[in-house]
Amino acid sequence: MSDLEQFRAETRAWLAENCPEEMRDGDITAENQCWGGRQWEFQSDAQKRWFEAALAMGYTVPTWPEEYGGAGLSADEAKILTEERDRINARKPLSNFGISMLGPALLAFGTHEQKLMHLGAIARGEIRWCQGYSEPGAGSDLASLKTKCEDKGDHWLINGQKIWTSNADISDWIFCLVRTDFDAPKHKGITFILMDMASEGISVKPIILISGHSPFCETFFDDVKVPKAYGDDNLSVVGEVNRGWDVAKNLLVHERGMLGTMSPLRGATGPENLGGYAAGEIGVDATGRLDDPSLRQKIAQAEIDDWAYNLTVERMNDEANAGNGLGAKSSMLKYAASELTKKGSQLRMDIGGTGAATIGPDGIEYGSLANTWLYNRAYSILGGTTEVQLNIISKRVLELPSA
Amino acid sequence: MSLILTEEQEMLQDAANGFLTENAPVAAFREVRDSKNPDGFCRDLWKEMADMGWAGIIVDEEFGGSEFGYVGAGVLAEQMGRNLTASPFFSTSVLGATAVQRYGTAKQKEQHLGSICDGSTLFALAVDEGPRHRPEHVEFAATPHGNGYKLSGAKTFVADGHVADKLIIAARTSGEANDPSGITLFLVDADAEEIDRAHTPMIDSRNAANIKVDGLEVTGDDILGEVDKGYEALEGILSAGRAVLGAEMSGSSQQAFAITTDYLKEREQFGQKIGSFQGLQHRAAHLATEIEMTKSAVLKSLQLLDDDFESASATCSMAKAKSGMTAQLSTQEAIQMHGGIGVTDEYDVGLYFKRVHVAQQMFGDAGFHADRLAKRSGY
Ligand SMILES: Cc1cc2nc3c(=O)[nH]c(=O)nc-3n(C[C@H](O)[C@H](O)[C@H](O)COP(=O)(O)OP(=O)(O)OC[C@H]3O[C@@H](n4cnc5c(N)ncnc54)[C@H](O)[C@@H]3O)c2cc1C
Ligand SMILES: Cc1cc2nc3c(=O)[nH]c(=O)nc-3n(C[C@H](O)[C@H](O)[C@H](O)COP(=O)(O)OP(=O)(O)OC[C@H]3O[C@@H](n4cnc5c(N)ncnc54)[C@H](O)[C@@H]3O)c2cc1C
Repeated sequence: MSDLEQFRAETRAWLAENCPEEMRDGDITAENQCWGGRQWEFQSDAQKRWFEAALAMGYTVPTWPEEYGGAGLSADEAKILTEERDRINARKPLSNFGISMLGPALLAFGTHEQKLMHLGAIARGEIRWCQGYSEPGAGSDLASLKTKCEDKGDHWLINGQKIWTSNADISDWIFCLVRTDFDAPKHKGITFILMDMASEGISVKPIILISGHSPFCETFFDDVKVPKAYGDDNLSVVGEVNRGWDVAKNLLVHERGMLGTMSPLRGATGPENLGGYAAGEIGVDATGRLDDPSLRQKIAQAEIDDWAYNLTVERMNDEANAGNGLGAKSSMLKYAASELTKKGSQLRMDIGGTGAATIGPDGIEYGSLANTWLYNRAYSILGGTTEVQLNIISKRVLELPSA
Repeated sequence: MSLILTEEQEMLQDAANGFLTENAPVAAFREVRDSKNPDGFCRDLWKEMADMGWAGIIVDEEFGGSEFGYVGAGVLAEQMGRNLTASPFFSTSVLGATAVQRYGTAKQKEQHLGSICDGSTLFALAVDEGPRHRPEHVEFAATPHGNGYKLSGAKTFVADGHVADKLIIAARTSGEANDPSGITLFLVDADAEEIDRAHTPMIDSRNAANIKVDGLEVTGDDILGEVDKGYEALEGILSAGRAVLGAEMSGSSQQAFAITTDYLKEREQFGQKIGSFQGLQHRAAHLATEIEMTKSAVLKSLQLLDDDFESASATCSMAKAKSGMTAQLSTQEAIQMHGGIGVTDEYDVGLYFKRVHVAQQMFGDAGFHADRLAKRSGY
């Protein structure tokens, strides 16, 4: 048996032993994920056991080095772990912005001390991070951000406002883009900084979405002092001062990578298979075909697109492992995934008819079809809008001329 | 298995790309078309392809093939799609070779695979009996006669039917017209007196024929696969064909798109390159994304044919559907983004548009396969 076959056999056995039955429902919806953080309470005993078993193996962050809380798996091994997990439909033991965004950026740009300070806490689910990029005046044109950061010798002084900060009200730390130089060209005066949300002067105000819920906030910074060093040498700035845009871009690639690896049609709440769900709700005719020909055609097309999309994630991963990095092509995955996700939940609503459009006595129920359908409209906005992704593909992948 | 080409397959791809751009570019296709060559392809070119091992690309080495499998066939078809290469490759080396190698007797393999590999015998598959693909609809009759059967009936749009030396005919040995069971495949000489072949020139300038058979006597030796169970074999042959057509359409999509993006970078209007207009950029970016999705779908279906042939049917349907939709979009956009010259005969994009349309219709368009998949999934 080759090493990889051996690894597969061991992984399969480990999963069989350690992944509780309740965690094998393939559920990857936001409301049922294990997010971690200081305020985190496990939703079930099974969720806790699964998290702890994975943590003991370093499998909350399988590819990170062992010294930073990971399992140090190679790309091939990580692929096997994912395949085996998918095979039994296991949930991820832990997922959050620390794992998918900040961690990879720290691994690329952080100092050893920064990695020691933050990566382990992320791997152990102790600290939950949020992302402070967008501002009222800086959305797609992120580099025009204005939150002010001044050098005060032993600390930085921060004033300004962020917006659309997902889960700021329940996060422990924030990674932020701030302006340290107002005179330099806009990309050259930005710094990437880490702050404890408990710092004096930070306040948050939840924003209610069309889905009736509030997963994100406005975040205000009033004379917030960020120490330059925490105890030892753990600096709060990642990368160089005024070079934060490099870190920000790297992180956005990971963010898009993450958003681009969702399984779009399944990502929406509801039964696994759209067609099966439709057949159950609507019924089939004498030839076994869904009793709504136009909806049937749309569902079948969406399932074909979803299938091709998932294969593309797989292929691009394999290409990356073979040394052909994804680069700006991650924008293709982000674009396709978010459009398909919206399509999937729109189809579910269409299948559900007026039944799916009803709400509970307290409004739109969390986790309901309608809630997901409304929330999913945001997928083509967050992490860089669909139009911005198409711009990136035009310029960086196709190299089309600028105006 | 990784969803990328192996080193060996990449070398085949490079070789095919080099050979075809040199020896069979679009200009060569135009020449065949404009000279009204009755074959619809260049026989010398086909001989060269056979000499390189392409005609026997999926055939096992023991029968003289190069044993590159369906991924190998797809790699070649993709490059042919890029160059609009017209040749008997699809009908003979994919359909014919699959039929004989997978469903033939030892004797049939001995008899036919060698002459497929050396390019000397051309095959065609006669399935459809109307303008739209409906493989289970077979009225073409095989009635018991002496020790064998007598074949009578008509087939339409038999690709390469006009030049084929051998025909594989789906005939009804029992059951009703739309019944998948009761179909039997026969392998017969195409130049038999009882067979009348009418050349049907197609919009893509390839060969096809309408075929009428009137009382052709055949024996049990002429049966390919099992009596009444021909539909299963047909499914296998069609699946291989769908995946390889998918590869061809993927190649055509890529090339039509490459021609278009080049043009976007070169043509100026309103004092700037038209590729700087966001109205065109976003459509190009969308198309580029669809092309990536298509490549994955096609490769997966080809790999599955090599890995687990019997289970590949649904995957091949999906690949055919996805590649068909993308190819249609790619060639439509190619014309539109070229403006006036896009609709001229002199310019190549129109040729891609025509070829892709025929390849879409062949063995089921996207709608046909969506219907099939839905039914299979219980809705
Ligand atoms: C649910 C959700 C969660 C989010 N979470 C976070 C978070 O945690 N942290 C964070 O920092 N931010 C977060 N965001 C913010 C998100 O990144 C921004 O909303 C996004 O970048 C778009 O910015 P905007 O909303 O200001 O829209 P604008 O940039 O004002 O865009 C408005 C419209 O104009 C289009 N447009 C803009 N520029 C161009 C162009 N050059 N070409 C063509 N079209 C263009 C856009 O595509 C869009 O359709 C979140 C957003 C949502 C909806
Ligand atoms: C069948 C036919 C008959 C014709 N008959 C006549 C006739 O009788 N008399 C006559 O004078 N002309 C005639 N024309 C010419 C016709 O008007 C032009 O083809 C047309 O105006 C487009 O110009 P173009 O072909 O140079 O394309 P281009 O202008 O080069 O356009 C190429 C592509 O770029 C796009 N594009 C250009 N500018 C922009 C922009 N600002 N934003 C976004 N996209 C842009 C176009 O939409 C197109 O997709 C005819 C054309 C055809 C095809």
